[in-house]
Amino acid sequence: MKINLAEVDHIAKLANLSFTEEEKQKFIGPLNSILEYVDQLNKLDTTGIQPTEQVVHTSKKNYSWNSDQVKSTFTQKQALDNGPEVGSGHFKVPKVISEK
Amino acid sequence: MKLDTLTSEKIKVFIEKGKASSKEICQIFLDQIEKSNFEIKALLHFDPNFAFQQAEHIDRMQAEGKPLPDLAGLPMVIKDNILIKGLRCTCGSKNLENFVAPYNATVIEKLEAAGAIFLGKANLDEYAMGSSTENSAYGPTVNPHQPDYVPGGSSGGSAAAVAANMSLAALGTDTGGSIRQPAAFCGVVGMKPTYSRVSRFGLVAFGSSLDQIGPLANNVRDVAKILKVISGKDPRDATSLDVEVPDYVAALGRPIKGLKIGLPRQYQRSGVSEIVQMRIDSGLKRFRDLGCEMIEVDLPHIDYAIATYYVIAMAEASSNLARYDGVRYGMRGTEEDDLTNMYLATRDAGFGEEVKRRIMLGTFVLSSGYYDAYYLKAQKVRTLIKQDFEEAFRKVDFLVSPTSPTPPFRLGEKTNDPLEMYLSDIFTIAANLVGIPGISVPCGSTTDGLPIGMQIMGTHFDEERVLNLAHAFEQSGEVS
Repeated sequence: MKINLAEVDHIAKLANLSFTEEEKQKFIGPLNSILEYVDQLNKLDTTGIQPTEQVVHTSKKNYSWNSDQVKSTFTQKQALDNGPEVGSGHFKVPKVISEK
Repeated sequence: MKLDTLTSEKIKVFIEKGKASSKEICQIFLDQIEKSNFEIKALLHFDPNFAFQQAEHIDRMQAEGKPLPDLAGLPMVIKDNILIKGLRCTCGSKNLENFVAPYNATVIEKLEAAGAIFLGKANLDEYAMGSSTENSAYGPTVNPHQPDYVPGGSSGGSAAAVAANMSLAALGTDTGGSIRQPAAFCGVVGMKPTYSRVSRFGLVAFGSSLDQIGPLANNVRDVAKILKVISGKDPRDATSLDVEVPDYVAALGRPIKGLKIGLPRQYQRSGVSEIVQMRIDSGLKRFRDLGCEMIEVDLPHIDYAIATYYVIAMAEASSNLARYDGVRYGMRGTEEDDLTNMYLATRDAGFGEEVKRRIMLGTFVLSSGYYDAYYLKAQKVRTLIKQDFEEAFRKVDFLVSPTSPTPPFRLGEKTNDPLEMYLSDIFTIAANLVGIPGISVPCGSTTDGLPIGMQIMGTHFDEERVLNLAHAFEQSGEVS
């Protein structure tokens, strides 16, 4: 299938990405040629085939459970060290609730 | 000290016999980095003082008469998507330009305990998404054999550093061939272990059902040694499995006579270039001379591997990369008026074109109305491909193919056509879909001196025999 510009807008919104009109024009060609390529999967009949989510664990019985113990991880300072904006021991973000 | 023929074993002996200190060896490689990195750009950043501290630790152990660990003094570079505490980890992205790792990856802890020295962090395609290292936000690495050619990717910096004697070994990551293809393009050995063999704690996630960390080095023995150190169950990575880790080094040198090598019939019409086919044919003749049996096998669904891989990898990438929201780490965009606009500005400025493309496609195949048609469909085809390999491994011990259908390509040759770039992964991606181990070993070069690699794949947790076969091949001399 091919997607159009309106669908590009919709997906971009879901992915929290934004594009200028020019970028969208540039993007849509490769997006569609990749989608066209992966469409070949529809030629295969997969009726009754189970999906594979992960590859090794189904065939090996080597699962193990971690004991439910409290362990120390980061200090508050370590956790905040890479924050782009921090203050008073918190990550700072722009306001979430609008006035409207 | 001849860098070309140096091994981890020789380094340890040098230090033990007092012929050179770990710090002196470290300095030789740092000099090489100073000399070559400007042109090759294999490393994104390196810190001599950080490396010297580790080397001094080894030298102190030696001075105190303590036994040295297996990899004592081994100079390594680490792909810049694996965390080393206190060093930046950029993932080749603008987004993480100033991110400083707050903890060590498990593989780093293990290598450090084994005495390895970390010289610096290696270049990669942004978030490991690419096959040429051209998608790095910090500029491409070039092929040390010829600077107008790509080193492969996404672990191109790791492979190029080893090839250019800037380090003796490296860690890379392989989601769809990203260790094996650059190893082939740079003329070194690189291995992707079985999925779940090596802990991924401290690896920045790309495709979680596909990613594996693995070693690159100049020879199979060093790859085996490093793999032995980094393998095993880790409580901090729930996907790592509690399966015994054999002594991969002790297994080298076992007889290979009578082993069955499978040649996938479908791979023989997959647009392999003439020179690659010639070298692989010489390599296969070598195996025949060593007493291996060649058997043609069928992988009926293999033609669907690339489509299957990209649907799954992009879906997982779009989900994993949702975490880059400019709140807890990474850069923040300048649009600050409300939260949503801040997210948009952050992700717009932080991600490069290929990463955005994959997030878009991944979001699409997971979105309402398309999930069944794309993502679920790909997961079902993944089952069919896995069954093909299970069937093949009932008949043969290994599968052998070229690592890449072509020799290294020129810088810029495939950057305008993403699909063309994806197709260069044709022989490597199935191992990730199926979760099996694969290694690339040098198999001659083109008339212009560009390296060619041969891939050996084995069944789940059969690294031991894959390494042994690769070692036998390597020991049989250079392919021409």
